[in-house]
Amino acid sequence: MLAPNPTVAPVEQLARSHRLRPLELAPWLVAGASFYVFDIYLPLGAQILINVLFALSLDLILGYAGIVTLGHAAFFGVGAYTVGILAVHGGWAEPLTGLIAAGILAGVLGIVTGLVILRTHGLTLLMLTLAVVFMLYEAANKATHITGGADGLQAFAIDPILGLFRFDLFGRTAYLYTLAVLFIAWAFVRLLVHSPFGRSLTGVRENVTRMHAIGAPVRRRLVTAYAISAALAGIAGGLLAQTTQFVGLNTITFERSGEILIMLILGGVGRLYGAFIGPPLFMIAQDTLAKNEPVFWLFYIGLLLVLVVMFARGGVLGLIDTLWAWFVRRRR
Amino acid sequence: MNDLALATTALCKNFGALTVAQNIDFRLASGARHALIGPNGAGKTTFINLITGRLAPSSGRIWLAGEDITDLSQAARVKRGLGRTFQINQLFRGLSVLENVTLAVGERAGAAGDMFRFAGSNRAVVEEAYGLLEALRIADDASKLVKELPYGRQRLVEIAIALGLRPKVLLLDEPAAGVPADESAIILEVIDRLPSGIAVLIIEHDMDLVFRFARTITVMVQGTVLVEGAPAEIAADARVREVYLGEGRHG
Repeated sequence: MLAPNPTVAPVEQLARSHRLRPLELAPWLVAGASFYVFDIYLPLGAQILINVLFALSLDLILGYAGIVTLGHAAFFGVGAYTVGILAVHGGWAEPLTGLIAAGILAGVLGIVTGLVILRTHGLTLLMLTLAVVFMLYEAANKATHITGGADGLQAFAIDPILGLFRFDLFGRTAYLYTLAVLFIAWAFVRLLVHSPFGRSLTGVRENVTRMHAIGAPVRRRLVTAYAISAALAGIAGGLLAQTTQFVGLNTITFERSGEILIMLILGGVGRLYGAFIGPPLFMIAQDTLAKNEPVFWLFYIGLLLVLVVMFARGGVLGLIDTLWAWFVRRRR
Repeated sequence: MNDLALATTALCKNFGALTVAQNIDFRLASGARHALIGPNGAGKTTFINLITGRLAPSSGRIWLAGEDITDLSQAARVKRGLGRTFQINQLFRGLSVLENVTLAVGERAGAAGDMFRFAGSNRAVVEEAYGLLEALRIADDASKLVKELPYGRQRLVEIAIALGLRPKVLLLDEPAAGVPADESAIILEVIDRLPSGIAVLIIEHDMDLVFRFARTITVMVQGTVLVEGAPAEIAADARVREVYLGEGRHG
């Protein structure tokens, strides 16, 4: 295995597996171009980017570590309320530190709840994630003097970013700000899933018995991943609060947890880029259908999901893989 | 107990009223070639699971190189040099063969928790894993997904993963089970060539393998040790012939 031995192909292949492929730049080109082409839709665009970040955080635990959750909005909501409460009650309107605070608080909540609920698996775990989001929802609902209860926290101002860029009426600053945060988060998550830590999460998903038997500290890895994912979800929630200058109970609901799960499944789970495809597809469909079919639009969303479950189990990316494999076979 | 690689004292395990391990006093010498045999349901795999910490004993102690490991987690025992293979493959089926072994080597080398480097760029770990594949003659399949391999080759990946942990004590739970005869020859050869510094305990039903490989044999029946001795003594023991070998010949 020393120097004279020419590096063998499988070792080379593994060493290259993390290299950036040109296609991975596509989301950024599309997002950049959309800024100019769809300039009247920028507020929707920012919301889509926020959900991409939220879905990305979910993919880290669901797709890579195999942690099934219906409570991920707990962290999104804590991030959103952190920003809102700091701005309304603390007069802390600086956006970057606000976002960091949102991430830290959500991350701490991830550690605390993770230590308790990640002792379980399967249905029990699913129920416990639900319990967490319901408890936090009820806490936000009842603590009206802090959270505004059902009215939420409204019309707080957020300072210009870096003291330079004000949040404008057209959502330009909000869009670019969200895009920049998403880019940093993507670079981080991408590094993470290709790191030894990320591969060991995949190991846990693939075979937890074997992970124990090779001496992996399984629970610690899972809690760490859960906390990182929670922090990212918290940042996504913080972004929503900052860009809409409103925080309501709908940030911390079971519905939001379920919706982001659906968006991720629609795009494709465990492939990093499903999170970039599901949310735009779902939200644009929702926006268009709600406009054109104000009465019936939910039916079409349901139909879309049925089609995905029947014909594209791996989501859009899984479908593309299948079609590509078929195409390659045909050409041979 | 210091010259022993592994020992158990008065080890018991009950599932309610069912006793699956009863007062097992077991010793595995350093560098041993030791076989554990017994009819189906004798409690052999349970015994392995107690040693590795998959199951907690009801009473009794377990010692690894003189240290009491009874209360340690599975992971802590592995870190102290206890490696195993499973009777039914426990592999990362959706990952490549090389990645399977890389995960084990990385874990042993303490590099598996790294977040800020790419996994494949840790050359020392990947090349060590590849070296194991070469030693077990499965390097040709390094880039294939484990689930694409025939069962016999998957059994070799089990062994490669265990060796990637550089165990001082290796527990092999029916390494050749379910493997067609022509493929099992490779597995037998691999077991024969295991480094002499590793103490090996093998559970096996194939008596040819057991008698060729083992210098000590322990026979278990109904959760207890029936008899222990050199292969010739075991083969000559009337009780063993009755409960195990005789039964095996008819079956």
